[in-house]
Amino acid sequence: MSATKLVMNAVGRRVPTRVNGREAPPFQGIGAYEPTGAKHGPSIRSCRAYPRNGDKRVGSLEEAFERCGLRDGMVISTHHHLRNGDRVALGALETAGRMGARDLLWFPSASFPCHEPVIDLMERGIVHHIEGSLNGPLGEYCSRGGMRGLGVLRSHGGRWQAIQDGEVKIDIAVIAAPSADPFGNADGSHGPSACGSLGFALADSMYAEHVIVVTDHLVPFPCVPWQIQGNHVDHVVVVDSIGDPSKIVSGTTQITRSPDRLLIAESVATLLRDTGILREGFSFQAGAGGIALSFVAYLREMMRERGIRARFVRGGSTKVLVELLRDGLCDYILDGQTFDLDGVRSIASDPRHVSTSPLTSYNYHGKGNFASLVDAVVLGATEVDLQFNANVVTHSDGRLLHGIGGWQNCLDAGCTILAVPSFRDRIPVIVDEVTTITGPGACIDVVATERGIAIHPRREDLLAALRGSDLPIRPIEEIQREVEAICGGKPQRPRLLDRPVAVVKWVDGTVLDTVFQIAP
Amino acid sequence: MIGAAGRRGDDIRSDAFIEIEPRSTGGLDLAVRSRVDAYYGESIRTQARARLATLGVEHARVSIEDQGALPFVLDARIETAVRRAGLGDGRDGAPARTVPLPAPSSRDRLRRSRLYLPGNEPKFLVNAGLYRPDGVILDLEDSVHHDEKDAARIVVRNALRAVDFLGAERMVRINQLPAGLEDLQVLAPERPDVILVPKVESPQVIAAVDRILDEMLADDARPVWILPILESALGIERAFDIATASPRVVALTLGVEDYAADLGVSRSSDGLESDYARRRLVNAARAAGVPPIDSVYGQADDLDGLREWGERSRALGFVGMGCIHPRQIPVIHDAFAPTAAEIERALGIVRAYESALAEGKGVVSLGSKMIDPPVLRQAQVLVAQARRAGRLHGSEPPRGGA
Repeated sequence: MSATKLVMNAVGRRVPTRVNGREAPPFQGIGAYEPTGAKHGPSIRSCRAYPRNGDKRVGSLEEAFERCGLRDGMVISTHHHLRNGDRVALGALETAGRMGARDLLWFPSASFPCHEPVIDLMERGIVHHIEGSLNGPLGEYCSRGGMRGLGVLRSHGGRWQAIQDGEVKIDIAVIAAPSADPFGNADGSHGPSACGSLGFALADSMYAEHVIVVTDHLVPFPCVPWQIQGNHVDHVVVVDSIGDPSKIVSGTTQITRSPDRLLIAESVATLLRDTGILREGFSFQAGAGGIALSFVAYLREMMRERGIRARFVRGGSTKVLVELLRDGLCDYILDGQTFDLDGVRSIASDPRHVSTSPLTSYNYHGKGNFASLVDAVVLGATEVDLQFNANVVTHSDGRLLHGIGGWQNCLDAGCTILAVPSFRDRIPVIVDEVTTITGPGACIDVVATERGIAIHPRREDLLAALRGSDLPIRPIEEIQREVEAICGGKPQRPRLLDRPVAVVKWVDGTVLDTVFQIAP
Repeated sequence: MIGAAGRRGDDIRSDAFIEIEPRSTGGLDLAVRSRVDAYYGESIRTQARARLATLGVEHARVSIEDQGALPFVLDARIETAVRRAGLGDGRDGAPARTVPLPAPSSRDRLRRSRLYLPGNEPKFLVNAGLYRPDGVILDLEDSVHHDEKDAARIVVRNALRAVDFLGAERMVRINQLPAGLEDLQVLAPERPDVILVPKVESPQVIAAVDRILDEMLADDARPVWILPILESALGIERAFDIATASPRVVALTLGVEDYAADLGVSRSSDGLESDYARRRLVNAARAAGVPPIDSVYGQADDLDGLREWGERSRALGFVGMGCIHPRQIPVIHDAFAPTAAEIERALGIVRAYESALAEGKGVVSLGSKMIDPPVLRQAQVLVAQARRAGRLHGSEPPRGGA
């Protein structure tokens, strides 16, 4: 990483042109980058090499790795549907380490605090670096410059793009499956470790050189529905437990009691109503955070009052969405990941609750995406600046905070709303310039805080529709000034070294921003 | 003597813990650990030195553990620690006002909702106005632990200088006299709009508070009102005398929790045990010419129960009630709003009066019915209330009236 050359990209950020030894085009603007060439594909295999009786079981993960030809420097991928209860990803990396592999690239669809021991694997040289979300202790480790390669933060859709571009060539995909058959068909919505959808593992199953399914709930062929098709799978490993069910899904997601958050949630629902976005057949997406959940609760009442029904709702599914479906207030849940038990039960039993993947919704190389069909999306952010650029990956002090998830991909919706408190623990959320650009202001329409709602001046249609609304529509600068007066002035700028530790990719694979090492 | 103030721990937010050990020489030994050090570390150090200088602290070991306290809170915690360390005598610690004093409050303003805010819980103060209560109560009494009364007084004083309550009436609930006298000394100069006096059992207490306010605020015409809280059988018996004990009394309210305890009965969901007290209070207050305000509804999660309670309370004659959670505010505003039918009827009466006036008639009548002055007056009040509550839709509100 010595003497990394940095160039200025289209949002004025300094970015490296090579990332982990590969060419990395700088961000050129929304929709400006036009990739060419053919998609990457794995080597040709034929059924003659697989058992005719369809039984692909092997005795252990070691044996599976051995058959895959595990060697130094390989790319090992895992998915994050088991969230903080996952035992498979760490187990796989440790197993590879015990077998003597070194310098592995771990390519998770996201990481969680339970993966903290990967730091030790990096220290011991078993894992070279991580390309995936970096939060908690892993984020801290990377922020302090501990990782040998650059962290690469991609959105869920960006991960598909990177795989299809051959930017990341997965050698071995290890897919944790809450239920599977000996052929390798796998499903996430049944079994003791049920997690709902398995959509994040789909690309891995299709594009990896080798695919290993790891399950703790083997069912006789056929495992239905096969969210992962056994035709892509090389080996099946049966283990005692793939995860801790209590940490895979939360029992019931709770609606916040924080009055500030309720205020924000209510004003966002009101905004949908007053702009006319809330109409028969509309669609929306909201996450599982406290504000998003209570937003849905407020919206539900408005839908009931007016007899309005949504055609579809995009999940992260939770109890509130499931209730919406059950009460006939929406026709379909198109679910990317399932957050609580109600969601898991619903996706397993209700045909109107459909599992989706980043391929259906988020992929830049797709021939269209569900995400752009969504009328409104409600998202969070750690920081927003006066140009409406937003940051979700770092704290304002520059430390890596969490991954991008589907956040960037969702910015394709008809109306993009950031629902954020105006300050947290004295730290203002509206800043002069965000520490790390994760989403360019050009695709962010509304910043809704408890002290007022700022609409991007570009959205004259929204501003016109809201004339006469009771909502406190205010210029973003005015909200910023008010909050700075409360917090005691502008916060200090973070102290960062001029050494990149990670890059943030835009959905098209270009480099949007750089995360620099924090000062010791 | 080491002085300590504030709170510490990882679960504490928007507060700070300060420890001060006076020394005779050596200057200031200031150690700061802050959750927001990367953002406001320098600002915290500068502010701490300035505050200590104002309080005359020159030699001391000072440690600050900060969990994101806002500046007015940090000032309050430092001052409390200084005073507990036996320093700062005779020094005025009040920080400069950063929010202008709002317009004075009028006797007949809307008082449908008053939001209770524990005086020693700084994190609840700064956003209280956002929920649009008619009033906020900065509480020094029951929500503040006995050992923290001094700390709460300073937090509340600073809040009255630094927090914009966005038009909500600024009320302070002092402690029962005589302890409440000290509260008055510190807080009356901050010009709160209303002083809530708890557990009042005699008119003399109100007269005493009135006298102190007169003495302290003699040179100021800005009104500081008194809202007595009756919380015992004796207080209820003397409601009329208490309501008439001072021209500053702006309304009368009661505390049903302590009242039930005084009767020796437990509280029920329908409020049967306080039924008599509440009716008696309504009558006494109106006899004294002030509006009666109801107590609080204790189940913050039960908004349907609250609505029912509020509607019944309005039917009894109350004009508002207290809130223990911001969620209760819109429900209470709804419950105490005049109904559409009431507004329509009142508008009819007021319009008839205006046309009678225009035609120079001495008698106001609606249809074949003559309208008595008290009925007209009530209609005017109701129309004015509806207008202020934003309930006059579609019809141009008549001018004049209450």
